[in-house]
Amino acid sequence: MKKFNLKKLLAVALITFFPNLINSAEQIDPIKVNWSFKGLTGKFDRASLQRGFQVYKEVCSSCHSMQYLSYRNLGEPGGPEFSDEEVKAIAASFEVTDGPDNQGEMFTRPGRPSDMFVSPHPNKEAAAAANGGAYPPDMSVLVKARKGGANYIYSVLVGYEDPPPGVKLDQGVYYNKYMIGNKIKMPNNLEDGLVEYADGTESTVDQMAKDVTTFLAWSAEPELEERHKLGVKVIIYLILLTILVYLSMKKIWSRIDSEM
Amino acid sequence: MSDHEYQPKSKAGKWFNDRLPLLTLGAHLTDYPTPKNLNYWWTFGGILTFCLITQIVTGIVLAMHYVAHADLAFGSVEHIMRNVNYGWLIRYIHSNGASMFFLAVYIHIFRSLFYGSYKSPREIIWILGLLIYLLMMAAAFLGYVLPWGQMSFWGATVITNLFSAIPLVGESITTWLWGAYSVDNPTLNRFFSLHYLFPFLILGLVVLHIWALHIPGNNNPVGIDIKKPSKDTVPFHPYITIKDAFALLMFMIIFAGFVFFSPNVLGHSDNYIPANPLVTPAHIVPEWYLLPFYAILRSVPDKLGGVILMFGAIFILFVLPWLDTSKVRSAVFRPIYRQFYWIFVIDVLMLGYMGAMPAEGIYLVLARVGTIYYFLHFLVVIPLVGFFEKTDPIPMSISEPVLSGGAEPSLAKKDNEKI
Repeated sequence: MKKFNLKKLLAVALITFFPNLINSAEQIDPIKVNWSFKGLTGKFDRASLQRGFQVYKEVCSSCHSMQYLSYRNLGEPGGPEFSDEEVKAIAASFEVTDGPDNQGEMFTRPGRPSDMFVSPHPNKEAAAAANGGAYPPDMSVLVKARKGGANYIYSVLVGYEDPPPGVKLDQGVYYNKYMIGNKIKMPNNLEDGLVEYADGTESTVDQMAKDVTTFLAWSAEPELEERHKLGVKVIIYLILLTILVYLSMKKIWSRIDSEM
Repeated sequence: MSDHEYQPKSKAGKWFNDRLPLLTLGAHLTDYPTPKNLNYWWTFGGILTFCLITQIVTGIVLAMHYVAHADLAFGSVEHIMRNVNYGWLIRYIHSNGASMFFLAVYIHIFRSLFYGSYKSPREIIWILGLLIYLLMMAAAFLGYVLPWGQMSFWGATVITNLFSAIPLVGESITTWLWGAYSVDNPTLNRFFSLHYLFPFLILGLVVLHIWALHIPGNNNPVGIDIKKPSKDTVPFHPYITIKDAFALLMFMIIFAGFVFFSPNVLGHSDNYIPANPLVTPAHIVPEWYLLPFYAILRSVPDKLGGVILMFGAIFILFVLPWLDTSKVRSAVFRPIYRQFYWIFVIDVLMLGYMGAMPAEGIYLVLARVGTIYYFLHFLVVIPLVGFFEKTDPIPMSISEPVLSGGAEPSLAKKDNEKI
């Protein structure tokens, strides 16, 4: 009788503290990637960011907007760090709607570095209508907006596979083993050799997924490198000051402690 | 209060002080006799003052760039993060600062519970503190709504809907709070206005809290009344200021660790998705510091009942000084209460965990057990333990281990060491 209770208690404790055990059938944990930007002194891989931008521009940007980024961000420290000329050329390759002019008309002109990223659709509704009713989310902060962050985004990009027997998918719905609920409305857009990388890197699906995820991680946290650098300085400063204050405290309190 | 009359040395100082005795106040704060045996749990008052000022200063700067409009709020936060000079730093200090503020206030409250600081003659200090805590929770909730992400929107929807549980007038009150027929732009606007107001109300209450504290003076780990000033006290400056500074710096290191190296770990990823009234998140959870109360709310199958219990869980703290029947303040000398104290701490932590889990199955059962125990602790355990507990002998003063009872002096020494 006593033993039975103990087992029951253990089961309750297990389920309570490891809820993943019972839910594991529904969704698998994302693949853990050893990103260069993890850790206290993590930095982005500059070349990977530039390649990732290329994947975004040539593949993702036909559906996904990145409305909080400006072209100038691509040349700023801590990011892909394209040269000024490259940034100008990238911006100029986009048509930006501006206006109204002094006739009250809107007009288009080539983009400038100060322009925000041009969205593929004029609004959310148009974006949803063009994609079978599913709005492709804005990707500016996508990595911060998903549990699992960069690992999750990368896993979904490489997680497409044929549905297991018994799973029926509607038209325009795809099976992805890392997606919440396993059903995703975005088709698998990556295939080996899809992008011709400017730096000659072989564009495997895995490489492109890693590069574009790195790019998205930067776009979600463009301050990451500066934050890490400043953080190390601040904490070293605080520790030194703490030691000094501790010694002062000991000195001041020694007057009292000697009386005790 | 110290009795001596302060006289400024300079003529100008005397002229000013006769008209507005700020210098007398300064002298009082400097000389304020403080028990010399205060441990590090007593440094959180200073830490909390730092937290409040940090939130006000960073908040004022954020308000210069933030736009309180349903269509623009999310984008204006991203503008702060990307385009405002060190905007990311200011915002991360503010958002993590809220969590650090609550961490400190919970330690501060549980310190009071352990050492009996809420008991006579400090009931008013305790009540003012609880009012500050209530306003803090309101301010934190209002602030969490401002980025207008998914958790902001749905958190606001859940919390404001609580008022609809009030019989007869509930629906009207909810509509009045919203300023619309659902959480919408008018709601965001007024939440911003109130979020800016509350910290200054808190600041006013903090002044009263400290004022009330300076009438009887600090409680101390031994929990006995002490003569002030005496061998048992030290002047606030430099003894307590330097100790507070040291503790504050340690606190700041942890604070900086969050801000610089995992600024989003205490938040919810869904709040980086812009608010969408048509899509409900899978799990709506409040910030970690509200989770125990959220667990109590959800543990009752009836909405009105849940709301009453949740608010009851806070309001019961207001009458705690009168529920506690024990004459002895410090749990150091209360062997039975001490054990119940730790059970209560575990109960609150467990409720917090249940608040983060879906309200179903074993989580719901444990949340109910935790809720019942929460109220039993205050309504049954505390009054009864005070009656039946045989407390340990109490020293007469901090410096001299003289006992009120007939026990051996060595016992008191042991207790002093524990402190």
